[in-house]
Amino acid sequence: MAGELSGILEHVDRISKLDLEDVPPTSHVVELENVLRPDEPHRSLDRDVALAQAPDPVDGAFRVPSPQAEA
Amino acid sequence: MAGMLDLTVVQAHEAMAARDLSADEYAEAWTQAAAGDELNAYLWRPEDGTDGAIAVESPSIAPVAVKDIFCTEGAPTTAGSRILEGYRPPYTATAVRKLIEAGAPILGKLNMDEFAMGSSNENSAYGPVLNPWDRSRVPGGSSGGSAAVVAGGLAPWAIGTDTGGSIRQPAALCGIVGLKPTYGAISRYGMIAFASSLDQCGPLTRDVSDAALMLAILQGADPCDSTSVGLPEAPRLPDREDLKGVRFAVPTELARDAIEPGVRDVFEATLATIERLGGEVAEAPLPHAEHGISAYYVIAPAEASSNLARYDGVRYGMRAAKTGGDVIEMYEATRAEGFGPEVKRRIMLGTYALSSGYYEAYYGQAQKVRTKIAGDFAAAFEDFDFVVTPTSPSVAFELGAKTGDPLAMYLNDFFTVPMSLAGIPAISIPAGLAEPAGGGPRLPVGFQIAAPAFGEQKLLDAAYALEQAVGFDAKPGGADG
Repeated sequence: MAGELSGILEHVDRISKLDLEDVPPTSHVVELENVLRPDEPHRSLDRDVALAQAPDPVDGAFRVPSPQAEA
Repeated sequence: MAGMLDLTVVQAHEAMAARDLSADEYAEAWTQAAAGDELNAYLWRPEDGTDGAIAVESPSIAPVAVKDIFCTEGAPTTAGSRILEGYRPPYTATAVRKLIEAGAPILGKLNMDEFAMGSSNENSAYGPVLNPWDRSRVPGGSSGGSAAVVAGGLAPWAIGTDTGGSIRQPAALCGIVGLKPTYGAISRYGMIAFASSLDQCGPLTRDVSDAALMLAILQGADPCDSTSVGLPEAPRLPDREDLKGVRFAVPTELARDAIEPGVRDVFEATLATIERLGGEVAEAPLPHAEHGISAYYVIAPAEASSNLARYDGVRYGMRAAKTGGDVIEMYEATRAEGFGPEVKRRIMLGTYALSSGYYEAYYGQAQKVRTKIAGDFAAAFEDFDFVVTPTSPSVAFELGAKTGDPLAMYLNDFFTVPMSLAGIPAISIPAGLAEPAGGGPRLPVGFQIAAPAFGEQKLLDAAYALEQAVGFDAKPGGADG
């Protein structure tokens, strides 16, 4: 995969040679305004629904291996 | 009603309104047709099992096939990836919900390139979709299943997503209509994210009128997607018959050498048809479009590398069976097993492009190129109504022809990526048939028309007029039309 990635980067590298010093970057094409909603409580997914797709749910939570490897 | 599957959706709805066709009978006939899928296009159909959350009891419009990137409550949603095998979302995407509310039964979920990353459908974890025109060839991608079912008579219409050409290119390679609307026209809620600033849902249909009808159902602002704004007016069915006074720009820099001779001929012939309809064709400079691929293959992987971090084997999707060790090893084993090679390639590219020391040279520079490309289009639209190109530089290529060369695969998107970066709408309509560069039976060629942001109605009207004049009526497996 290293060779493939180098080939792609070589192609992509063409843009680094363009003089775009004073050009503003575009991160998004739509004029966006911050969207706010009333701060009111509302129902979201029930816990059992949220856990239903988890590979290893236990006691109403997601179980993962210990963050620290066992000795 | 005999021959009901030959009707376009608009025609079928007219027959339903005239009580010549029952919506139930029509939906049942399509269910039977979908069951005959030999193209590996459907990943799931309702008879495979569902909890009924997305069922439509009494259909009122044509059934629809849905790219497997849209979440469907209680029905499997894989995005073409092993990492989501067996995942049944707890909610339904807004686009799908709107179709269901309009009375469209869901015919099934459609195969696609994994996480919409690909131009041939060969990156699906569930095997490639076959092109109905020639089963040894690709249908295009990433919405390859969506294009193949419509072209192959396995669905009356379908929805897909387009990030850099993933609706338009497969539509072109399968000889149907594909529309990428303006960014923000349709909600992305429940559409599994690839590159959020580019992803857009849209229709794949038999003709331009069906695309207009589908767009009218799908468009609209959605509180669940703060980047959705909808269209200024709901689209109506197109009816324009001529192109008098309409100005079409061909990019001055159009890389004619990179286009297959057969595709070039069809493109030139279509330009002549535009002029015959009273339209004007001239060249306009789009000097930065040639850098579209470079900018796109920095921006899209960068966004993907962030979006795909959510697949960690904790909350949903698969977890590698043998992980041992700590949580980091579990993440690594899950991603190593769950993601295919193209997804890994793009995550690495994106992570690299965003890394400290390379950020400005790659991501920062790509964002500036994006500004220049959008500026090129804005300048062209001061003098022209539309910009036109071939949709794809070639007709459908053979399975395996480009899988060993990712860059060659990326260059398929050469003509479709600039519009995505600029966020503007573009449609691909079938314009004729052409012999592949290596010889063989003739295959469909797509003609791309791009319009200013939110110019969908004018775009559909012009595409309709051209479609009527071109009169493309060839069908897969049939004689050349």
